[in-house]
Amino acid sequence: MTPEEILQGLYDETLVGNAPRVLELTNEGLVLNMEPQTLLFDALIPSLEEVGARFERGDFFVPEMLIAGRAMSGAMEVLRPLLAETGVQTIGKFLMGTVKGDVHDIGKNLVNIMLEGAGFEVIDLGVQVAPEKFVAAIEEHQPDIVGFSAFLTTTMPMFKANMNALEKAGIRNSVIVMVGGAPVTQEYADAVGADGYAADASQTVKRAKSLLQERRAKVPA
Amino acid sequence: MAPGSRVSGARTSRTIESGRIALVACGALAQSSAEIAERRGWPLDVHPLPPLLHNQPQKIAGEVRALAESLLPAYGKVVVGYADCGTYGALDQVCADLGLGRLPGLHCYDVFGGASRLQTFFEEQPGTYVFTDFLVRSFARTVERELGLDRWPELREDYFGSYTRVVWLAQEPDDELRALAEAAAERLGLPLTVVPTGTTGLEHALADLVG
Ligand code: B12
Repeated sequence: MTPEEILQGLYDETLVGNAPRVLELTNEGLVLNMEPQTLLFDALIPSLEEVGARFERGDFFVPEMLIAGRAMSGAMEVLRPLLAETGVQTIGKFLMGTVKGDVHDIGKNLVNIMLEGAGFEVIDLGVQVAPEKFVAAIEEHQPDIVGFSAFLTTTMPMFKANMNALEKAGIRNSVIVMVGGAPVTQEYADAVGADGYAADASQTVKRAKSLLQERRAKVPA
Repeated sequence: MAPGSRVSGARTSRTIESGRIALVACGALAQSSAEIAERRGWPLDVHPLPPLLHNQPQKIAGEVRALAESLLPAYGKVVVGYADCGTYGALDQVCADLGLGRLPGLHCYDVFGGASRLQTFFEEQPGTYVFTDFLVRSFARTVERELGLDRWPELREDYFGSYTRVVWLAQEPDDELRALAEAAAERLGLPLTVVPTGTTGLEHALADLVG
């Protein structure tokens, strides 16, 4: 196979969630001495972006997204150590969790995949993360950004509870806060005092990058 | 003659004169609502919308608005057989615009089981997945097929990996339904708790709307 065929294959097979084939093609690409970054940025990420776009249009539903995400995750397992080896600097540290009382995590997991693909180091605290746990993890990992994900009317107020916990611990200003999840809107994000909101995974990546830039421009190194 | 209820009643000028009421209802509640109305002798016509809208809740408010608007000229009164149902306030806006009442609560689980009891279930075990009789009966279509578990069984972990139990709000459990509920919970790999609720929750909520 030519490198072009590998890239096209990776794009197409990720789109339909053919995880075994995506893994094979990733390995074949590496055998051909293709750069891990090329496989990632010229095939895997564009494919998952297309998956997101199809979801927005209503052409894909949740399962199609999930299997595509799984396929990309499989490739990431192989690529992650290589990307680390090539000394590509991570662009920032992102701490992520679904709020206390909520166990919806599909959206969060997709966001994580895209963030990682874009060069963020992602630390995932999983689901049902209590405010104290967020605080402790922020103190331990010193992330640039913390993300709260929520899906239920009854768990959205946890955003505010988390913000209060951060304030109380005196760490609110040391970290950028992003919120998201199906019911969340920009207005709601503003109301709880978050720094950023994004409606889907690729927008999260864009917003996270721009928030980081703003923050770094403000704080002289 | 008792003014019996019917699903998708005819929209004639007679409906206004006879004071019939239209219920724009989630398909998951249509059958039970019609049965209750029949028993209570309410002049209610049930107009169902597809229950699978729940997986695309951003469409619910628009669909309810369109159907309600088309029914309003023919009926003296139109009411909405939905709770908030993941519309996050959008349905309330439609109700306010058109002057319609809706079922109370966040979703039909609140209607059947009572909001505070549901809250307790979720507090006890956040990983609680709720069944209604409708979900039990339609499990293969509304859960397995919709979530793609029929095509990709490996996704069970992605969906239900953090779940710890199923609570079935059993409205009218019989042996057949009980067996179906057990089989469904088993397919999800979760233990089943049966909570008999009856249909009084829905009946009271409808009585408030119709009355
Ligand atoms: C899939 C799903 C489930 C799966 C969840 C599996 C899982 N592990 O997450 C299952 C079937 C298990 C489930 C269970 C329940 N669900 Co559910 N579920 C959904 C559904 C259909 C899709 C959610 C989803 O995954 N979307 C796909 C992802 C890709 O999109 P997303 O979540 O929006 O995420 C994107 C963005 O929001 C953003 N994003 C996400 N997180 C973050 C975080 C940050 C920081 C940022 C910046 C961005 C961001 O990027 C993501 C990727 O593009 C929604 C309806 C809907 N369409 O929203 C209902 C829905 C959320 N569920 C609902 C309900 C009621 C339940 C149950 C109570 C039902 C039951 N029978 O018990 C239980 C909840 C139990 C519990 N204890 O939590 C309601 C909530 C209503 C409400 N008012 O609260 C909804 C709205 C359905 C409805 N119409 O009633 N559910």
